[in-house]
Amino acid sequence: MTKDLLRFATAGSVDDGKSTLVGRLLYDTKSVLADQIEAVQRASVDKGLSTPDLSLLVDGLRAEREQGITIDVAYRYFSTPTREFVLADTPGHVQYTRNTVTGASTAELAVLLVDARYGVVEQTRRHAAVLALLRVPRLVLCINKIDLVGYDEAVLTAIGKDFAELARSLGFESVVTIPVSALVGDNVVERSEHTPWYDGPTLIGHLESVPVTPPEADAPFRLPVQYVIREHATDYRGYAGQVASGTVRPGDAIVVLPGGHRTTVESVDTADGPLELAGAGRSVTIRLADDIDIARGDVLAAADAPPRVTNELEATLCWLSDKPLRPGARLLLKHGARTTQVIVGALGDRLDTDTIAYVGAPETLAINDIARVSLRTADALPVDDYADIRTGGSFLLIDPPTGNTLAAGLVGNPLTLAD
Amino acid sequence: MTVPVMDALDSLESEAIHIFREVAGEFDRPVILFSGGKDSTLLVHLAVKAFAPAPVPFPLLHVDTGHNYAEVIEFRDRIVAEKGLRLEVAHVQDWIDDGRLTERPDGTRNPLQTVPLLDSIVEHRYDAVFGGGRRDEERARAKERIMSLRDGFGRWDPRSQRPELWNLYNGRHAPGEHVRVFPISNWTELDVWRYIQREEIELPSIYFSHRREVFRRDGMWLAEGPWGGPRGSEALEERTVRYRTVGDGSCTGAVESTAGTLDEIIAEVTASRLTERGATRADDRMSEAAMEDRKREGYF
Repeated sequence: MTKDLLRFATAGSVDDGKSTLVGRLLYDTKSVLADQIEAVQRASVDKGLSTPDLSLLVDGLRAEREQGITIDVAYRYFSTPTREFVLADTPGHVQYTRNTVTGASTAELAVLLVDARYGVVEQTRRHAAVLALLRVPRLVLCINKIDLVGYDEAVLTAIGKDFAELARSLGFESVVTIPVSALVGDNVVERSEHTPWYDGPTLIGHLESVPVTPPEADAPFRLPVQYVIREHATDYRGYAGQVASGTVRPGDAIVVLPGGHRTTVESVDTADGPLELAGAGRSVTIRLADDIDIARGDVLAAADAPPRVTNELEATLCWLSDKPLRPGARLLLKHGARTTQVIVGALGDRLDTDTIAYVGAPETLAINDIARVSLRTADALPVDDYADIRTGGSFLLIDPPTGNTLAAGLVGNPLTLAD
Repeated sequence: MTVPVMDALDSLESEAIHIFREVAGEFDRPVILFSGGKDSTLLVHLAVKAFAPAPVPFPLLHVDTGHNYAEVIEFRDRIVAEKGLRLEVAHVQDWIDDGRLTERPDGTRNPLQTVPLLDSIVEHRYDAVFGGGRRDEERARAKERIMSLRDGFGRWDPRSQRPELWNLYNGRHAPGEHVRVFPISNWTELDVWRYIQREEIELPSIYFSHRREVFRRDGMWLAEGPWGGPRGSEALEERTVRYRTVGDGSCTGAVESTAGTLDEIIAEVTASRLTERGATRADDRMSEAAMEDRKREGYF
């Protein structure tokens, strides 16, 4: 029995019932075990509650339980007979937008929740904008608490229409809208009897059937070299890394960047033997036809569709740190397997996530700000636009004295807003 | 030719290999924590695959509580020899003998591992420490990053963790600090067993059903040992058991099981209504936040 893996994220406002939905998914797929339930029951009694507080299942930190809120992104695991799921469970509080960015960065799909009573609200727009910016390939809108609007088709159709318009303006090609009640269980794992007018999939049905092939699969080949593997006894020399995008096979013409040497792939090796073809996500070791000096940080790329090599980047930053960003700052930038120095140039337009519009350039960037920026790097970097290849267009900004991650960086302007 | 679809185990394996190679590329003195248990044995297997055909560029470290199962120590030493690895052992007993640690009244040495671990990290100047922790094990671990900074005292601060974006891992650290690395964060217990079966990874025999003299304490079947069991009215009796986790003998319980093959174990784990830690680890029951509190102090 071979299953594949879907990585997805949840997003939604604090009271939209996200914890209940996550709890429902875990519970109805039988991913919560008896001792975990007992622990929750014990803790609920200790807190003086008469019914078990299922949020205790997912809020793992002492401070989270004390404050009754989710502070930090957590990862949940569950599976069905056909697929395994890694769920990045992100907090809904506005001050934790950075966690939405974190969860969305690895997600192949996002589930965005709205409350059926209130429809699309500011927080929905904000989260949708972040998901669009991070270019999460697939979006599901769960209209939750449908039991509280009397399973009224007209209400749900109106919210769906409202959101479809928003999604279109953010550049999402298609959105699947599912009316659910996480509390009652309507259309989450079990199909609801209360929504005969709804002929779409249940949430789990959709999660099980959506294709998992990432957009990177069809993009040109890229492989950041992580490590040079040398074995002296057999004179083996191979370049180890994970295929970031596209495919690679023996005989392929490639270019080594930033140096620019051209050669061909001799073999695509793994510990289990050579592969005829390796696709995005596969960790491999590449042997090349020519003896070229290649080090960690270099990128192997398709010779006929290489990334551009540049010291000047126009990028979009999601600022994640309490320490504000000022133009002229000297920081570190990690792109692929290379870390280099960077000087921050002019700040450009800031994205107002309430109105979803670019507004004037700020003087500094504060935590959770999203803005365009120009950067100058010490080493030339082979980069793609994030809009074309997520892995080739993403980078971190790092604070040299503390080593902290300051920003998520996206090369180019990944969010194109329709009027 | 169409690209072969990666299944879940392929994806998890590729992710773990990527993490091993990042650490090899960015750190000076990494080490793999190895106890001979299934998760750390899996880690070593993945490390071997990450650098093949070259040798694994890291040594192993075992913090030995002295309350081990003989089968596990035999297995540990054999694997190290077979794979041509280097093993350091930090014996908790040495710390007790010279007074740096004091034996606890309950006899368990599991919490005592933290000081020898941190002392060994300082002594050997390890800057990256691989562990076999999985986020599905426990709520506090669900919040753990794949690469997680520890300060000069080995402490974890869950409130100020670095965000982990895409597959870009930030391993920057100051001198004296180190990074804990969890390459199998995204694996579940069932993934581990399925992968062990697929890759034909050898494990200590105690994971498979066998007859053993055990006694009942706090709802668990514990084996006799130098840590003070059985005591008082606790009576040894022979049962058919196996272990789901391997750790300090004082707090690691056996489960009654007739599962003697990997197929049978996978069927049993699939049907189980208890998590592995809930079923067999006494130390996690000490308080609501037992794991978080120990991790804050530097426990792996």
